[in-house]
Amino acid sequence: MEWLYLYMPIAGVTIFWPGLVLIGFSVGVIGGFFGMGGAWMVTPGLNILGFPMAFAIGTDMAHIAGKSMISTIRHSKFGNVDYKLGLIMVLGTFIGIEVGAQLVMYLERLGKVESTVRWIYVGFLALIGTMVFYDYYKATRKKRMGVVEGEKGAEGITWYKTLHRIKIPPVVHFKTAGFTCSVWLPITVSFMTGLLAGFLGIGGGLLRMPALVYLIGCPTHIAVGTDLFEVMISGLYGAFTYSMKGRIELVAVFVMLTGAAVGAQIGTVATKYAKGYGIRIAFGICVVACMVSIILKEFGFSSLSAAIILVTIGLMSAYITVIMIKGAAQELREKKALARSLAKAA
Amino acid sequence: MRLVPKRGRLLTPIVGLLGMAVGWIPDWVWAGGEKATNLVVVADTRRVSGIMKYFANLYNTNTLLFAVWAVVLTVLFGALLGLLMDWLMSRTGIDLKTRKIIEH
Repeated sequence: MEWLYLYMPIAGVTIFWPGLVLIGFSVGVIGGFFGMGGAWMVTPGLNILGFPMAFAIGTDMAHIAGKSMISTIRHSKFGNVDYKLGLIMVLGTFIGIEVGAQLVMYLERLGKVESTVRWIYVGFLALIGTMVFYDYYKATRKKRMGVVEGEKGAEGITWYKTLHRIKIPPVVHFKTAGFTCSVWLPITVSFMTGLLAGFLGIGGGLLRMPALVYLIGCPTHIAVGTDLFEVMISGLYGAFTYSMKGRIELVAVFVMLTGAAVGAQIGTVATKYAKGYGIRIAFGICVVACMVSIILKEFGFSSLSAAIILVTIGLMSAYITVIMIKGAAQELREKKALARSLAKAA
Repeated sequence: MRLVPKRGRLLTPIVGLLGMAVGWIPDWVWAGGEKATNLVVVADTRRVSGIMKYFANLYNTNTLLFAVWAVVLTVLFGALLGLLMDWLMSRTGIDLKTRKIIEH
């Protein structure tokens, strides 16, 4: 069975390569569907495969950049990427990440911060999870009562409406996302999510996707596409900086990308057949799983923590794949039926 | 006699297998890797050849060029795979250019 193991010249370890393909595939599916990099899933996965932690993060960054590029190409064709909004947010994200990283370094000089950072992360994940489920509960109740607000239908949390009223110039219209607001809104929100991402040492997709929906007012599908565009740019920047530090294993990146190429297509196309609130709820479940795994790790249950992440990845990617297959089969059946009826009429 | 529902009978082995997989797979794949304590800071060029040797050497001697290559190759490989998969997906007959945004 030696052919199943591949030597990584830079990290100096031998890795079970089908595991890399599988991680790439699963995270490709999930990332393409939710619009996030998925570092919280890849890094422990790589570590389980035997990757030294120092190389796992850099390798993960480069893989995420490549994978997000594949997903962005597909989302772009669906019209799910608002490039203007994405580029404006990149600015805020980069400054935020840098400030957050400096803040962590400052706190590190003062004393041990790892545990504090982890608990802050747990707090934010709990907040996001609660927000997602509360939004769903409120929207469903409104829908049952027959309340319909604008094009989006019944909505739960509508904080973005209040924020859109703050018209500090310049005011910009985002055509793809379909709203007008002060340019300072996406800059401020991306700066805050970037700051948190830099402080927590994460990619930020997990924070930015809900921020795009609840604070900026993007429709779910456009939030997914636009966030992936941003993940791609920040991933490339991360890949460069980690390469400069010598913490990247290129062979693993390419092996993972082959799996991610297939997975990203499935995840991205599945968004076409999923409803916005369906995506939000599945996202909320991922957030809760991530939170539970961090809590378990904090209390020393590392294996159980990794197992929870692996089970979540497996179940979620299977669920998304089923959505995609069912939706595509239905669409093809409808197309065939239409062609048949047209042929009969002719 | 207690009647077991059909779904329950199916669910039990599935849950059992899932449980086994969770406990067993990490150890199985872990066997392939070495422990983090064996971390090699300098790339070992003795066990590789050709293009792999070139990149391993570059990693040891010119970090900036290695970083540029890492980014360029990631972009190129990502774009190549994206376009290839795009072409393959277009063969399936699915409409890949339009979608309806339905929130509920």
